[in-house]
Amino acid sequence: MTDASRLEDEDTVWEEREALIDRIPRWVAMTFLFVVVVGIWDLVTRMGWVSAIILPTPAETLADLIFVGGNLIAGEYMLDALWTTTLTVAYGFLIAAGIGFSLGVLVGETKFGERAVMPYLVAIDTMPKVAFAPLFIAWLGFDIGSKVALAAFIATFPIVVATAAGLYAATDNERMLFKSFGATQLQTLVRLKLPTGLPYIFTGLKIASVGVMAGAITGEFLGGGRGFGALIRQSASQLDTPRVFALILYLSLLGLALYFTVVWMQRYFVFWKKGEKQGGPIG
Amino acid sequence: MTKVEPLPLEPLTAAAQPLPVYQIERLSKIYVRNNLTALSEVYLTILKGEFVSVVGTSGCGKSTLLNIMAGLLPPTTGRVVLNGRPVLGPRPDIGMMFQQATLLPWKTTIENIVLPIEIREGRGAAKAARGRAMDLLQLVGLGEFANVYPGELSGGMAQRASICRMLVTDPAMLLLDEPFSALDEFTRDFMNMEFQRICMEREATAFLVTHSLEEAVILSDRIQVMKARPGRIVEDVRISLRRPRTLEMINTREFGEIVAHIRELLGKEAHE
Ligand SMILES: Nc1ncnc2c1ncn2[C@@H]1O[C@H](COP(=O)(O)OP(=O)(O)O)[C@@H](O)[C@H]1O
Ligand SMILES: [Mg+2]
Repeated sequence: MTDASRLEDEDTVWEEREALIDRIPRWVAMTFLFVVVVGIWDLVTRMGWVSAIILPTPAETLADLIFVGGNLIAGEYMLDALWTTTLTVAYGFLIAAGIGFSLGVLVGETKFGERAVMPYLVAIDTMPKVAFAPLFIAWLGFDIGSKVALAAFIATFPIVVATAAGLYAATDNERMLFKSFGATQLQTLVRLKLPTGLPYIFTGLKIASVGVMAGAITGEFLGGGRGFGALIRQSASQLDTPRVFALILYLSLLGLALYFTVVWMQRYFVFWKKGEKQGGPIG
Repeated sequence: MTKVEPLPLEPLTAAAQPLPVYQIERLSKIYVRNNLTALSEVYLTILKGEFVSVVGTSGCGKSTLLNIMAGLLPPTTGRVVLNGRPVLGPRPDIGMMFQQATLLPWKTTIENIVLPIEIREGRGAAKAARGRAMDLLQLVGLGEFANVYPGELSGGMAQRASICRMLVTDPAMLLLDEPFSALDEFTRDFMNMEFQRICMEREATAFLVTHSLEEAVILSDRIQVMKARPGRIVEDVRISLRRPRTLEMINTREFGEIVAHIRELLGKEAHE
């Protein structure tokens, strides 16, 4: 009797356990990993386990980072090179977005596109697209044009596939609703299928933003010119490894800028999905 | 089995008689893809102001019938006439509601409600209809939610918004395909009562597909009992419970008898 009443009086409060590693704040985790990696890097190079030509020390790399950064801020030749590459990437991305979106609508909206165009697109997509670089150079020369073409060529396919998939995303219910309103095919496309497919299209654009960088730099490696890729190749041929490292780091800032521009546009245009997870940690 | 006599299609002589809104004759539907006879020899006449439901097991052809009536699907044989004109495609004098509220997440509640007008008559007309949409929102108790996005509405609220969207064009006929069956039981009871009130206020003519016998009995003037393979109407059950109906009526003997009768009609099928 007394036992029972004691039980009723007590709250059954208990703590839900979370693993220690999941309770670490993000910045602490990132700093920790950074320190560990740089520490190992420093150890490996300081002890002479790896030759300095293959892997420079962190200190050398930092010195070059500062040098290249100074050159960029001063607006000297490296900034010109970065600007050339930025233009290549921007043009390539815009062309890929335009062509990819149009082909995606053709494939997703018409039986002709689905039946006749899509098989060819799949066939071309399975080819190693970098192999087309010599062709683009032969057609468009050693100037920026051939690099833009290769960048756009690589970035187009993910946008086509994402757009077509996005147009399929509207549910049967939504299609039926629009049909019951007497909506035309164009109205259904513009008012229903495109907005529904926007999250898919943005996923395609994110993949394309990575591909367009790869295409532009590959083009500059193979076709020379005045871009950042040419600078990297030049430093590498002089075995100036710290410089190569520094240039790659600055180049990755360009990639990040493009990627996060797309992410920001997605946040803005797909505002109704703000609260929801859009693809887990990589969304 | 009772054979249903089709009502005469000639203009009704007595002027006091309500006019037929829907006239469906000899309707059948064969899905060519799988050579499935979804409907066979369906006759149905719905008079102005009538609330008619169709009940039947899942897959018996209820949605097929409703979609043909809505002009979303062509029949294989037979004819469907609404307000004296044959149905040959989607029509503005029909309002529809489905199991899912299907509100567009990038439009606010009120923008969703005027969407049918925006599609048919353009943005200007949609803007002009906002006042009417606001009145409808008030009618279903969603006045404060006009400018929020559907992501913030509960399931019941979303369905009430889709009632408004159905009514905004002032359609002559309402077609509803299991509109409340995704809601929990309490919300559903509440929605049934709300919907009855709205229909009585507007003297609406409605056709409801449902697989809930209680929902059918509490809302309808007539229930079409449908059986499968091939889909056909086996009995036209008249419900003469007085209006407005209340949830308490579910516990009356009369109500129970009607439900039992329909359940028996449908139950036989399980053993056939
Ligand atoms: N588009 C279609 N093509 C082929 N068969 C269909 C199609 N739609 C429905 N059916 C079939 O027709 C029958 C009736 O379906 P439906 O009208 O949706 O039934 P209910 O709404 O009563 O559940 C089912 O057997 C279903 O599988
Ligand atoms: Mg159905």
